Amino acid sequence: MAYPDVRQTADRTAGNRLLPLRQRAVQADPDRPGTLASGHRACQGCGEALGARWVLDAAMRATGGRLVTVNATGCLEVFTTPYPETAWRVAWLHSLFGNAPAVASGVAAALRAQGRTDIRVVGQGGDGGTVDIGFGTLSGMFERDDDVLYVCYDNEAYMNTGVQRSGATPPAARTSTTPALGPAPGNPFGQGKDVPRIAMAHEVPYVATATVADPRDLERKVFRAMAFRGARYLHVLVPCPLGWGAAPHDTIHLARLAVQTGLFPLFEAEAGEVVAVTRLPGPKVPVAEYLRRQRRYAHLFAEPPRTDVIAAVQAIADRNIARYGLEVVPDA
Amino acid sequence: MPESAAQQLPFAITLRAGTSLANRTGAWRSERPVYRDLMPPCNDACPAGEDVQGWLRLVQEGRYEQAWRRLMRDNPFPAVMGRVCYHPCQAACNRAQLDEEVGINAVERFLGDEAIRRGWRVTVDAAATGRRVLIVGAGPAGLSAAYQLRLRGHEVVVRDAGTRPGGMMRYGIPTYRLPRDVLDAEIDRLTTLGVRLELGRAVTDVAAAMREEGFDAVFLAIGAQLSRRTYLPAGDSAKILDALTLLRDTAEGSRPRLGRRVVVYGGGNTAMDAARSARRLGATDALVIYRRTRDRMPAHELEVAEAVAEGVQLRWLSTIVAAGPGTVTVERMELDETGFPRPTGELEQLDADTVVLAIGQDVDRSLVANLPGVAVVDGAIQVGPDMMTGHPGVFAGGDAVSADRTVTTAVGHGKRAARHLDAWLRGTTYTPAERPPLAGFDRLNPYYYPTAPGPHRPRLHPSRRLSTFDEVVGGLDEPAALAAARRCLSCGNCFECDNCYAMCPDGAVVKLGPGQGFTIDLDYCKGCGICAAECPAGAITMVPEAS
Repeated sequence: MAYPDVRQTADRTAGNRLLPLRQRAVQADPDRPGTLASGHRACQGCGEALGARWVLDAAMRATGGRLVTVNATGCLEVFTTPYPETAWRVAWLHSLFGNAPAVASGVAAALRAQGRTDIRVVGQGGDGGTVDIGFGTLSGMFERDDDVLYVCYDNEAYMNTGVQRSGATPPAARTSTTPALGPAPGNPFGQGKDVPRIAMAHEVPYVATATVADPRDLERKVFRAMAFRGARYLHVLVPCPLGWGAAPHDTIHLARLAVQTGLFPLFEAEAGEVVAVTRLPGPKVPVAEYLRRQRRYAHLFAEPPRTDVIAAVQAIADRNIARYGLEVVPDA
Repeated sequence: MPESAAQQLPFAITLRAGTSLANRTGAWRSERPVYRDLMPPCNDACPAGEDVQGWLRLVQEGRYEQAWRRLMRDNPFPAVMGRVCYHPCQAACNRAQLDEEVGINAVERFLGDEAIRRGWRVTVDAAATGRRVLIVGAGPAGLSAAYQLRLRGHEVVVRDAGTRPGGMMRYGIPTYRLPRDVLDAEIDRLTTLGVRLELGRAVTDVAAAMREEGFDAVFLAIGAQLSRRTYLPAGDSAKILDALTLLRDTAEGSRPRLGRRVVVYGGGNTAMDAARSARRLGATDALVIYRRTRDRMPAHELEVAEAVAEGVQLRWLSTIVAAGPGTVTVERMELDETGFPRPTGELEQLDADTVVLAIGQDVDRSLVANLPGVAVVDGAIQVGPDMMTGHPGVFAGGDAVSADRTVTTAVGHGKRAARHLDAWLRGTTYTPAERPPLAGFDRLNPYYYPTAPGPHRPRLHPSRRLSTFDEVVGGLDEPAALAAARRCLSCGNCFECDNCYAMCPDGAVVKLGPGQGFTIDLDYCKGCGICAAECPAGAITMVPEAS
């Protein structure tokens, strides 16, 4: 008789002493590349520092270390490279706030001109540099199908400059430019950009979403992305304890809740078509459980609570679940 | 800037590139993560003090012999335990709150049976101390103490009035729960270790034995062998016997003639054993009569369930007031506000060829009557926290001191007494290690444990149980035992899932290698607490830094 292969946590944890090394996450490997060194100046519990190391370590593995990174201005640049220090252990180039995709395209073109197509390029930036300021150069990079993996670390606002709203800030969230005042407090509904879907509209070879809640899922998508040539896009949700008003230890938990509620759908698309989704790991979690843990939504839970606004956020989650087919199908 | 340094730098560059490692960001920290093993609920609940989680961990890795050796540190009877223990570990298991408890008892039996099959042995590695200890009683408490004392280098003599060793394991527990070849194999292992058994030899004068035979200390494990009686007006022809006698006779191979209708009086595990044995001895009707309700019955739920499965009938809120030829008179009871049963005066006649009394057992105090300092109060020999009686050098344990009369508790008493007795012989005292905080379910991160039902042991079909005393519960094979062990959550203890190492935003968790776990690099740990929050097992505790 066969028994379920439990191994305590199956594949939900990064590693597992009962699994062979190659079946564990890169992040579980004692010899992981460690592209982002200790001593960087990110806040306690920074999701972006975590996401960047996971992505670049996996990309280094996928390319055998032949990797150039272009980094937009933003938190990630600021906390890793206060002159003359650097936390990077990877070839790394700093661009302006808005032109990281263009610089990455240029690096790829220069490598092609030198016949060094074995060296691969990753461009990266925060949601401000990607969704708003760098959006034009990103679209151009997609259109030309330049051989770049562009990674957006989405913490849903301009955190580096003081938590201003970005095109990735979710509805109802309080930022320093969308205060929790008036009848419709926080960021308005009906605005913002869904860049993974915009990337898909360019029909680039590969688009995926990931979070810092699941290193195996994120790494698998980086490996998959590096198997393609051309413009690729990875959108990683990275909770920000400072900007979200969350406990530093809650970073992973919040990323997991964003997935479990349906607010952040996990999917992969090739040439404009969704080819895979990650179904919810269990019953759908109500969005209130996710919102309640963040002070940027505290105004929804004051007296009287804004159940109407919470219901509107729930509707967004429900729409995602329906659109991507995220609910677990019960066993027939 | 000195000329020479400037020459080595590129144009317009005034500082050499440095690394962020120069930033000791650990200075930001107000709390630090500490790898602190907590007390798993199974270990906490085990009356024998087994490191359940420790040996399950070894089983998970397929290291069965090492697992068995870890188990044997605390309990010399894994194969017996894996059959007769009521496994309070499983009742405490956190996994029950996820799907169902880990089948600890089944894995224990697998290890015990593997050891017998493969002939695994333990050895005495301690130097001989030259000290001699007399153990009175060859039941689980006495043999457990003998084993532990022998491992510590003492000379051990066990005396028992019975002709075979094992005490209640042999004469009380029916063979359908514990086949005797299993018991023999595990006791045999003790004698090859050098434990000397002197059977058929009752000890009537402990003080004289110490004085005249040069024993330095004594452990009394005399059990509770006297069946409690109750006054029943009974005609001459009424057949009444006590459960211990029935079980003993059956264990010795005779088949007592009970008739077709057997009434068992009592609500404990012994009553269930008697009723289930009666069914196997040919009783078409076996009725258990108990004065309170089922939920107040002292018998273990499993025993009751098995008895019912075998056709044993149960009658609550009843007492037997008289027995006659082929009949008993029972009176209906009702519970008062305090839950105490009181008579109602409503009587009923029931058919009964035999009445079996299973209403409790008492310590035979004549064995200790002439031993100064040894007191028996409420049917229990009085001992201190060190298991020593009021008589210096005389320790006691097992059913003779305990209200919770189970084999596992007896084994635990034997171990505990042996530790204190050993210290006493060496002129020191034994101080148990401080118990870490309990790893309750609230310490776990349940997301990381997907649900997975466990394998279950095969059971003999009830219709096939009534003709034989064959073992009812079967064992797990190796793949099943492995799957059962791998369901363990490792509550409160690191099992090297690598989450802390992977999920530290500051790269401040250092992986030490297989089996070595992790450590925190405090130069860079900012104290965010992600490692503690995302540890599935709750093995990391955040501790405030001194301000």
